[in-house]
Amino acid sequence: MSAGNALTRSAPWRGTAWMMGKLGLSGRSLVIAIPMLWLAVFFLAPFFVLGRISLAEAIIARPPYTPFFDRAPDGSLEILASFENYRFLLEDALYRNAYLSSIRIALVSTLFALLIGYPIAYYIARAPEPKRSVLLMMVILPFWTSFLLRVYAWMGFLRSNGVINNTLISLGIIDSPIQMMQTDFAVYIGIVYTYLPFMILPLYANLTKLDGALLEAASDLGASPMVTFFTVTLPLSLPGIVAGSMLVFIPAIGEYVIPALLGGPDTLMIGRVLWDEFFSSRDWPVASAVAIVMLVLVVAPIMWLQSVQNRREET
Amino acid sequence: MRGWFLPVTVTLGFVFLYAPIISLVVFSFNDSRLVTVWGGFSTRWYGELLRDRQILSSAWVSLQVAFASATLSVVIGTLGAFVLTRFSRFTGRLLLTGMITAPLVMPEVITGLSLLLLFVSMELTLGWPAGRGLTTIIIAHTTFCAAFVAVIAQSRLRSMDESLEEAARDLGAGPVRVFFDITLPVIAPALVAGWLLAFTLSLDDLVIASFVSGPGASTLPMVIFSKIRLGVSPDVNALATIIIGFVLVAVLIAGWMMRRAMRKEM
Repeated sequence: MSAGNALTRSAPWRGTAWMMGKLGLSGRSLVIAIPMLWLAVFFLAPFFVLGRISLAEAIIARPPYTPFFDRAPDGSLEILASFENYRFLLEDALYRNAYLSSIRIALVSTLFALLIGYPIAYYIARAPEPKRSVLLMMVILPFWTSFLLRVYAWMGFLRSNGVINNTLISLGIIDSPIQMMQTDFAVYIGIVYTYLPFMILPLYANLTKLDGALLEAASDLGASPMVTFFTVTLPLSLPGIVAGSMLVFIPAIGEYVIPALLGGPDTLMIGRVLWDEFFSSRDWPVASAVAIVMLVLVVAPIMWLQSVQNRREET
Repeated sequence: MRGWFLPVTVTLGFVFLYAPIISLVVFSFNDSRLVTVWGGFSTRWYGELLRDRQILSSAWVSLQVAFASATLSVVIGTLGAFVLTRFSRFTGRLLLTGMITAPLVMPEVITGLSLLLLFVSMELTLGWPAGRGLTTIIIAHTTFCAAFVAVIAQSRLRSMDESLEEAARDLGAGPVRVFFDITLPVIAPALVAGWLLAFTLSLDDLVIASFVSGPGASTLPMVIFSKIRLGVSPDVNALATIIIGFVLVAVLIAGWMMRRAMRKEM
């Protein structure tokens, strides 16, 4: 690589290095500073702003919330902060129900994704080589097409004059269309469909590492394939199950697009409540409070779990 | 798990994965405005798509955003991954580890809302960014895509043979030269994969872009979303077919190149 040679030998680079040394900066600290600063400003700082605005009140102005500091009549600064928005969240049943039903919908979808994804992952892990790569590719391929358009595809499928209903009617199985769009059922389908690759891939990665000798040993000792599966394969694949379930459950909890497009007006999910609070009611402070509570309820346990896992890996 | 059970479930699983996509493509060639009733073969929706200025201009916005944020996120994600794998001790190491992985688990609505509030307060106090649009979407996408790039780059940096870097150092190369001559060429395929992933994620994002964009900068997903919210529309089917075609061609080319590279190595 001649570009690298030129860079390290050329005079401007040496000059810069010398100047940075004079200022007490090393190349090392500069390399650390770039990602650190970017993430501190655009990832960490937003949460402080979010927390601050969740303590404000909505007003009709630009920006549409009360300032944090205000000049009191005697000229001193006073802090305007109230927990009114949080009290509102606690007292209004809508928000409580939305949090609970998000968790329920995410749990049910994760379970279905596991039930569908496990046999597929198992089959691919056991398949001989050329077939295995092709199948794996086929699992990943839909993921590269647009997420929005995949949800849209189900709209055409589930509508009352959609593909499924039309097929069932023409086969004479049903007389009148079944209501599938705008139900919780459609939301489950949408979530399972969208996040199925995230369930299959970690399971596959885990199942390919499974030692075949263990399975042989079990069958030599007289275990039926069923018994071998439930006593050997399933317990050993537990890390894959946990990883896959997390990858489905986490994004499903805060999902907005799927309930908005496939769900009915009574499909409550917290991501949708936050969106409406912001875009329809234009109440930025309440939307911020909803986000903070969601952060504490959903993300905090996940991050805690991850840090425990990291520590366990390090020791 | 033997006999008929496994093949049947797997087949049904793949039908579940592909049937909606296939019907989407089939009905894009439908003459009827009713998306799910067949009215004869026609390519009229493709023509209509090409005349739709809103879709074309938003597609251009999306491509610009995706290109810029994929490139920026590769720089930031790689630097972050490099720092975390090669520098064992520095102040704020734990903070950086957290900040670089947390965007992966952060619900999109929270990322979007909190970044918008940051941009609004920055504009009020610093005067920058003036209004919201392309720049703010690029910043937002770079931040969450960098996390994905960092994961990919980190696993490659961990698995690469560090004795190569040591040898170069022993032979007198400075840290910058070791990085550009040894580390970068070795991890380059991972960075290409990271760039492609970031590009796709950025093209695909609706929620974060909706929060941080302003009037005049609508991305393609935002325009599609406002269209399909009112119901199915055949020109969206045509658009979906074009996107699926692009992806298929890209995947086939990538597969062919990978096979050729593997043959070369053997």
